[in-house]
Amino acid sequence: MKSLLLEVYRRPLGRASLFVLIALYLGALFAGFLATQPVNSQDLAHTYHPPTPIVWHDGGLAVPDYRVVDKSGPRYERTGEYHRLRLLAPGFEYRLLGLLPLQRHLVQPVDPSAKVYLLGSDSTGRCVFSRLVYGSRVSLLIGLVGITITLFLGLLVGGLSGYFGGRIDFFAMRGVEFLMAIPSLYLLLALRSVLAPRFNSDQMFVVIVIILSLIGWAGAARVLRGMSLSLRRRQFVLAAESMGQSPLRILRLHILPNLASYLLVAATLSIPGYILGEAALSFLGLGIAEPASSWGLMLSQAQNIKIFMLNFWWLLTPGVAMFVTVIAFNLLGDVLRDIVDPRMKTQ
Amino acid sequence: MTDTAPVSSAPLLEVENLRVHYPLRGGLLRRVVDHVRAVDDVSFPGARGRTTGLVGESGSGKTTIGRALIKLAPITGGSIRFNGTELTTLSNREFLPFRKRVQMIFQDPFNSLNPRMTVEAIIREPLDIHFPKQGVAEKRERVAGLLRRVGLEPDHMHRYPHQFSGGQRQRIGIARALAVEPEFIICDEAVSALDVSVQAQVVNLLQDLQAELGLTYLFIAHDLAVVEHISDHVLVMHRGKLVESASAEEIYREPKADYTRKLLDAVPRL
Repeated sequence: MKSLLLEVYRRPLGRASLFVLIALYLGALFAGFLATQPVNSQDLAHTYHPPTPIVWHDGGLAVPDYRVVDKSGPRYERTGEYHRLRLLAPGFEYRLLGLLPLQRHLVQPVDPSAKVYLLGSDSTGRCVFSRLVYGSRVSLLIGLVGITITLFLGLLVGGLSGYFGGRIDFFAMRGVEFLMAIPSLYLLLALRSVLAPRFNSDQMFVVIVIILSLIGWAGAARVLRGMSLSLRRRQFVLAAESMGQSPLRILRLHILPNLASYLLVAATLSIPGYILGEAALSFLGLGIAEPASSWGLMLSQAQNIKIFMLNFWWLLTPGVAMFVTVIAFNLLGDVLRDIVDPRMKTQ
Repeated sequence: MTDTAPVSSAPLLEVENLRVHYPLRGGLLRRVVDHVRAVDDVSFPGARGRTTGLVGESGSGKTTIGRALIKLAPITGGSIRFNGTELTTLSNREFLPFRKRVQMIFQDPFNSLNPRMTVEAIIREPLDIHFPKQGVAEKRERVAGLLRRVGLEPDHMHRYPHQFSGGQRQRIGIARALAVEPEFIICDEAVSALDVSVQAQVVNLLQDLQAELGLTYLFIAHDLAVVEHISDHVLVMHRGKLVESASAEEIYREPKADYTRKLLDAVPRL
């Protein structure tokens, strides 16, 4: 495991994707510290505010001041004034890692009434940057939790049916085929509408993870069944059987460790599916609901034609964040696969 | 069968009319239309403290016999008696003590050891199954002793199988088989995958162990020269049937079956 990490680090692509992912997950962990404004603080006087660049002014960091020149647009222009910024300054209260109450933030204006919008503001004057880092929690966690449930189910069903074969295998695989035969988007919407009225928006996150995993495990089960079927005939498994090892211990000692590298690669390559799945659901208005934040939800708010006509590009940054995350996971998965199975390498 | 001879002089293993048939299914309803007779009506004794050789070409059923003895292949009929106990009628649970007394050494040294386990874990596995009460230190001591016995170093126990050569791996396989002090060892093509010089070393090791521990071997191979060298009694199999059963010298001197003669002609001579 340690040597695998070292191998990843030795490859430029692996190192780059690893750094990007670590940065993203650290950002999600310390969202409160990075955010400049509370996730839901609205300011209807400053809707669609352009991003405020951080500049060096008068011997310190500062952001330029803006004023509205056209309310209908709205259009802003700089007043020429500057607001001073302070690093590691106190601001609104948040809980670090959900536990530790803190007030320090990476960047805060000296004057609390000054507006800092690092990535602009949205239709209700909320800070896009702050919502982006808070939203990354949902979007990044959903992949990890989803893939864990999927692989657990896949391993349970696929591993057991591959090992025991016969009737168990037959019924398990027919079940898997049944699940795979249902169009997944339809199943997604159906499950969502069945489950939706019972849950509030906080619980929705869990429900979405469960829905996505329930749809995804069938494919994993099929692949894992095939692998455990082929491992089943390997001589070391026969040897364990001839010694009188129990089936469960054979699965745990002999089959599972030999599936581990595949599981790692499969997990890394399937996480983007969950991130995009959440985005798709939220985009359709079926996923994470206001006032919580997620990348998919933020993107769905950027559907407004006004945003494209008036070039409010900063509202599309959740899409960029998603793109970067998905690419990083895919690259890391490719690098891992090359290490684990060099024969699969694409030249 | 009435066996009036005292147990000590009776063969350790008695196989009678052993049949292993695999059904062939066909048609819409997957009915059994025929059988593959992997092992058909085979009888032989396994003399105590001796080596019984079993030769035949690929697919002749020799490996299936070895597997049937430890319930890795489904037995269609016949009887297998081990030290007077009928094995074919035992349940899996009742059979467990015999899994300690009968061990198997596998053909492919690259495939028979779990690549994710250390040598210590591999050799300790049968100990964990059959001596669950034994302490960790005691087991480790036993593993070290076994490694020494098969000609490896005790500190090799922390390595993984891929760090060893084919011959060394086969020695690890032998150490694993010896761990629970079996009486009977099935060597399933135990040297076939090795270089000729390494084959000789492993065969010599097996012979030393037999002399020292009084083991009984069933030595399965396709190479008549090796079988003739190690065995006291040789069985020749062809298409699931036993075509010849004779002492090693006899089979070499005056083979009775045509098939045995063909096998002998195939042995390279210098």
